[in-house]
Amino acid sequence: MGANRVTTEGESSGFAIHPMDQFVIKPLFGGTDIYWYTVTNMTLWMAIAVLCITGLLVLGTRRRAIIPSRTQSVAEMIYGFIYNMVEEVTGHDGVKYFPYVMTLFLFILFANLLGLVPTSFTTTSHFAVTVTLALMVFLGVTILGFIRNGIGFLGMFWVSSAPLALRPILAVIELISYFVRPVSHSIRLAGNLMAGHAVIKVIAGFATLAVASPVVVGAVAAIYGLELLVAVVQAYVFTILTCVYLRDAVGGAHH
Amino acid sequence: MVTEATEAAGKGGEAVGMPQLDFSTWPNQIFWLLVTLVVIYLLLTRIALPRIGAVLADRKGAITNDLAAAEELKQKALKAEKAYNEALAQARADAARIVAEARAGIQKDLDAALAKADAQIAAKSAESEGRITEIREGALAAVTEVAKDTAREIVAALGGKADARSVAAAVTARMKG
Repeated sequence: MGANRVTTEGESSGFAIHPMDQFVIKPLFGGTDIYWYTVTNMTLWMAIAVLCITGLLVLGTRRRAIIPSRTQSVAEMIYGFIYNMVEEVTGHDGVKYFPYVMTLFLFILFANLLGLVPTSFTTTSHFAVTVTLALMVFLGVTILGFIRNGIGFLGMFWVSSAPLALRPILAVIELISYFVRPVSHSIRLAGNLMAGHAVIKVIAGFATLAVASPVVVGAVAAIYGLELLVAVVQAYVFTILTCVYLRDAVGGAHH
Repeated sequence: MVTEATEAAGKGGEAVGMPQLDFSTWPNQIFWLLVTLVVIYLLLTRIALPRIGAVLADRKGAITNDLAAAEELKQKALKAEKAYNEALAQARADAARIVAEARAGIQKDLDAALAKADAQIAAKSAESEGRITEIREGALAAVTEVAKDTAREIVAALGGKADARSVAAAVTARMKG
């Protein structure tokens, strides 16, 4: 929709690129008001992500074959990858939180990748989504830490290996870094995706200049490839950071 | 913010600033995100993860079993090879023994046959020897007789009177000489 507008306005006012239009949330079935329950384009693409996950992990494995089909082996690969990650980073006790981590990873991975489908909507480019995801991890880890370790969870901020005089200062720094975690955790993901998509849109906008269009096609293709990498890497980064945070709660205070 | 958002939507998806910071849409986004996450979580924990886990465990079990079976078969093969080699050695020893026995038997028979043949040959040659002696003696007697007769005739022909006894004695003496 944005692309149409770019060309029409390009004719009228010379040059108009609206890279942020792709992030606008619209009600899917007409109307203008967005209530908390309104089905929007974001809802649609979240649902498509759920369908893709179902297709890969449920339909792809329905034959339970000892010798897997291609889809099943991909599903098994993702399973093994995340399972090993959780086990290696959080230790053996952390394995029971594997389904939560897997949920996060699959949602982010598919949201990121579906966002790269032309004219689609990138759910993970919205701070509302990533902040919620990061806060869930932050609150979950904090609550879990206090449940498992009691007040000893605060020992995480008291670096016993440092000289006594430095410990209060380090405690303040640790405390601040602890509360900055959800901020960086969420902004990293949304920022990467938003920036990538906006850059593609801006460069694609230059295609209206006939001279620049061959270069633009090459550049968009190259950045698209980069964005594919970013989509996967950011899903991985979010997940492994979740595991790292989870280790604090599960493994007690060792920093 | 709310009016801005509605205006934006009304104009057909035109962004006003960053749509990400339009907080009026946050409850909607968070609501649908939570719905999505719960659905994914349920799909994973109810169906996908137990299934994949079971498949992986099955496969691991199958591989372990197959390896064990392979190891067992290998041991069996080794055992069979050993038995085969033993049987081969046994057969070879038996064959050698049978050959030796046969050879001894044949040798015995051969020796017996040879001895028998030797004896027969010896008997035959002894008999021949006897016959030859007999013939020689016969011949000698015949020669003496002929010589006596001849001498008598010669004497008679020369006009002498043949005294049979003296002629015979003379011939015998000559023959001996």
